[in-house]
Amino acid sequence: MPLQIQSDGQTVTAYLAGEIDHHEAVSMRQAIDAQLMGGDVKLLVMDFTDVTFMDSSGIGLVMGRYRQIRYNEGELHIVNPSPHIYKVMRIAGLERLAVIHKTTPARRELP
Amino acid sequence: MMQKSVNQTKITLLSRSVNEGYARVAVAAFAAQFDPTVEELGDIKTAVSEAVTNCIVHAYGNTIGPIYITVDLFEDKRVRIKIRDKGCGIENVAKAMEPLYTTGGAERSGLGFSVMQSFTDSLRVRSTPGKGTTVTMEKVIKTR
Ligand SMILES: Nc1ncnc2c1ncn2[C@@H]1O[C@H](COP(=O)(O)OP(=O)(O)O)[C@@H](O)[C@H]1O
Ligand SMILES: [Mg+2]
Repeated sequence: MPLQIQSDGQTVTAYLAGEIDHHEAVSMRQAIDAQLMGGDVKLLVMDFTDVTFMDSSGIGLVMGRYRQIRYNEGELHIVNPSPHIYKVMRIAGLERLAVIHKTTPARRELP
Repeated sequence: MMQKSVNQTKITLLSRSVNEGYARVAVAAFAAQFDPTVEELGDIKTAVSEAVTNCIVHAYGNTIGPIYITVDLFEDKRVRIKIRDKGCGIENVAKAMEPLYTTGGAERSGLGFSVMQSFTDSLRVRSTPGKGTTVTMEKVIKTR
């Protein structure tokens, strides 16, 4: 399972896992976008704790979701990127678009 | 002056997206004999992933074709990675290498070449429209 998603209608938290490349990003995008439809979501949290690799396809994944959440006038938060992933994110200046938490907030019980 | 490599591997794979992971891991495993740091290995994996993904997404598009990877190791702990396709080629290489430039639509960031550039020590792109593209990257592994 490449990711798990929690939603209460206003906040969507996506726990991403594994390697984010062009091959893997497709299913991650579809799973997250299914939760963003409707426009009520004001906060998207992308949790990178269990992500072991990311290339610029991951930047595309984050930027695309950022555009959607901004359209809802909401915010994007990024949790716990590894040093490697943070290095990739900085090339896109994602740290200026999203709030980046370097530590994981207590993880809620997943269904 | 042309220096001779002390070790070499060649990998040929089809432009199927499932091979992106295999390609970067294979190149990193070969470069591991220079005892790179975790960060240096991550840099190599990321740069290879970008170049191979470009062959799959842009060079061949909806068709499937071969991707040729050659990795050379030099005595001065230099790793040279050459990634070649026989796809559509690039009309204007300088323009393609500009940050954020993409022909790939909304889900592509246009930052693949920027990532290759900042994660390696040198990047060279040669392309002939209709014939294909060769990306050559070099990374020097620091002696610890
Ligand atoms: N191997 C290739 N064959 C044909 N076109 C390529 C190739 N590599 C890159 N390109 C072109 O260069 C552009 C920029 O590539 P890149 O920086 O990796 O961004 P992205 O892959 O997100 O589009 C691509 O959109 C494409 O037009
Ligand atoms: Mg690319």
